[in-house]
Amino acid sequence: MATESSYYVPEQSRLPIFATIGIFLTAFGAASWVNGGSSYIFFAGALSMATVLWFWFAAVIKENMQGLNSDQLKRSYVWGMGWFIFSEVMFFAAFFGALYYIRTFTLPWLGGEGDRGSSNMLWEGFQNTWPLMVTPEQAVAGDAAKVVGPKGIIDPWHLPLLNTVLLLASSVTVHIAHVYLKKGKRQGFNLWLGATVVLGAAFLFFQVEEYLEAYQHLGLTLESGIYGTTFFMLTGFHGAHVTLGTIMLLIMLLRSVIAHHFKPDDHFGFEAASWYWHFVDVVWVGLFIFVYVLGA
Amino acid sequence: MAHGPKPGFTRWLYTTNHKDIGSMYLWFSFAMFLLGGCMALVIRAELFQPGLQIVQPEFFNQMTTMHGLIMVFGAVMPAFVGLANWMVPMMIGAPDMALPRMNNWSFWILPFAFAMLASTLFMEGGAPNFGWTFYAPLSTEYAPPSVTFFIFSIHIMGASSIMGAINIVATILNMRAPGMTLMKMPLFVWTWLITAYLLIAVMPVLAGVVTMMLMDIHFGTSFFSAAGGGDPVLFQHVFWFFGHPEVYIMILPAFGIVSAIIPTFARKPLFGYSSMVYATASIAFLSFIVWAHHMFTVGMPIAGELFFMYATMLIAVPTGVKVFNWVTTMFRGSMTFETPMLFSIAFVILFTLGGFSGLMLAIAPADFQYHDTYFVVAHFHYVLVPGAIFSITAGVYYWLPKWTGNMYNETMGKVHFWMAFVGLNVTFFPMHFVGLAGMPRRIPDYALQFADFNQIASVGAFLFGAAQIVFLFNVIRTVKGGKKATDEVWENPEGLEWSVPSPAPYHTFSTPPVVR
Repeated sequence: MATESSYYVPEQSRLPIFATIGIFLTAFGAASWVNGGSSYIFFAGALSMATVLWFWFAAVIKENMQGLNSDQLKRSYVWGMGWFIFSEVMFFAAFFGALYYIRTFTLPWLGGEGDRGSSNMLWEGFQNTWPLMVTPEQAVAGDAAKVVGPKGIIDPWHLPLLNTVLLLASSVTVHIAHVYLKKGKRQGFNLWLGATVVLGAAFLFFQVEEYLEAYQHLGLTLESGIYGTTFFMLTGFHGAHVTLGTIMLLIMLLRSVIAHHFKPDDHFGFEAASWYWHFVDVVWVGLFIFVYVLGA
Repeated sequence: MAHGPKPGFTRWLYTTNHKDIGSMYLWFSFAMFLLGGCMALVIRAELFQPGLQIVQPEFFNQMTTMHGLIMVFGAVMPAFVGLANWMVPMMIGAPDMALPRMNNWSFWILPFAFAMLASTLFMEGGAPNFGWTFYAPLSTEYAPPSVTFFIFSIHIMGASSIMGAINIVATILNMRAPGMTLMKMPLFVWTWLITAYLLIAVMPVLAGVVTMMLMDIHFGTSFFSAAGGGDPVLFQHVFWFFGHPEVYIMILPAFGIVSAIIPTFARKPLFGYSSMVYATASIAFLSFIVWAHHMFTVGMPIAGELFFMYATMLIAVPTGVKVFNWVTTMFRGSMTFETPMLFSIAFVILFTLGGFSGLMLAIAPADFQYHDTYFVVAHFHYVLVPGAIFSITAGVYYWLPKWTGNMYNETMGKVHFWMAFVGLNVTFFPMHFVGLAGMPRRIPDYALQFADFNQIASVGAFLFGAAQIVFLFNVIRTVKGGKKATDEVWENPEGLEWSVPSPAPYHTFSTPPVVR
């Protein structure tokens, strides 16, 4: 069954329909929750989604260990992961694009410059600055304004710089782990992959620190005008991706340590997770430059 | 391994077979087409006479919004995915799609997503009422509470689209039979490869823009609110960065279908195959740099207006190449006019007409006059109805004998065609005139002088609706029985799908076919 001269045709599967119910409950539950309903449906959905994914990945791993996967099918998984990462790139592009548009067009126009400078007449006294400490509403309404700019912003050369070092280092460690795996040295693989997971967790720890600092001391929140909006949406989605990537790498580590999965020439599960990790690393470099350094 | 379908309804729930999944996509799409069509008929019934006649303005707005959303995301896109599921593996000599379980997941998300979207009609405050383009702040500050359910349904149908597209790319790039080089692939496969790329590139942007809406509505962010330094126009930019490639997502596979049908019934090979491939790729590339032509009147710098105007006009070049090739394929061919060919010829003529009104709209200074009038409605219905819908219909008639093993009823097919052809022109052609005369779109009431053309349009709409019942009846009859089709079905058609029996076996190829 596993050669290209005769094709592998899979059996029926219950996984997709359960995954559908899971994703539906998650989405419907999330909508009800933010609309003021209870959160039970959302958590039930998320839990069932996680359960289905567990069984789904388990099935794929089992099939591969039984030698059912042809080289062709393995290539399909490679293509699938590659294009999935491309879709993630485009998702972040939407938010980077929004930041670019706001800074290059919207704020100068609101501040009275350029082609649509007349919009300043609606927000008299508003000045275009970045970071935007005084929102247009504040410029007009003063203390009565509801959308108030931040009092301070995150200094790029402290926690963000540390996080840059951590994340760049983690991309190196995960690569070293890959090299060890290809040489068949499990000890080294486990060690360097473990180091990567620790670096990822450390990154997340410092990001939480940074958010606490922003919320408690700087008045920098999601609600503090467009600076807070773009800052938290970009770094927040990135943080969510780091969380997911860390979990993925942790699972790969456990698979290697507990179940002795992965062979020197057959380890796409790990490789896909490491691609994902390199991708979140690249996004971070973009964030560090465009949100932190050029935003300060 | 050579097993047939499993008995019982769980066959459809658990299936990993590309033909089962393709059929489900097509039936789902047709159901959505009827639902969205009924909403269109509510709109046309209300507009039959000036003044408020049948529905309240609030409900009218919900109808225009839901009609657009359901037709775009529920009818046209799933129909093309259904055709891709059925035909791409057969055309490239593959046993199935590359990732069959994910394939099933992509499909089953859709009925759930649309159940969620349709349920907003019964929610407090009613369904989304801000138009299918859901411009902020109408869709944020002033939206009904059901907008949240709309946002999450867009999220999961986007996930479905991305997974479907990834599957198609993996299938085409990885599952071709030996000898099936890229430049030997049928054009339907080529157009779908490029469409899938567009989908993977822009569906995440749509997810991004609805996420921004969600955050603005519920979490106090300022993306689309100038009070906090944001900009409602930002919404339009992000939306149309998705929206314009989306337009091509809905037409490129149509090009592929028509490029398969016209050579068969003209009994000549397709003229200019490689130029068709390059033209498709050019259109896909251009689709990323023209989005702001939807926003000429929003107040852009003059450099932006000019750039988007000229870039948009450039699209006429590769599209012209395509139309030229189709016409040249037919030129001096031994043409016959079976139903698929009738729909394809109508496609070439009427889609070109829609393209011409598109060129008019592309001229920025002229667009200031046309913007948000019925002229725009006429334009995009001319590219979507005789474009996307007619090509899907043509494809269904063309491949139905291969799917079912039975010939459809040709007379009924022709009746369907002429009813649809007359119906659509009677519906949408007068809209050009009322639009040029100044009738705005998305209104339940209008000035007296537009009444006659609106009455004509409404009559045409009901005729077009009735035509679809003929179609449904014909398809059901063909599925249930009828004259047996030969393996080739048509006279010497090109493509691997005609080399297998009719109906095609449950698993088409268990060993790779030979491609010369």
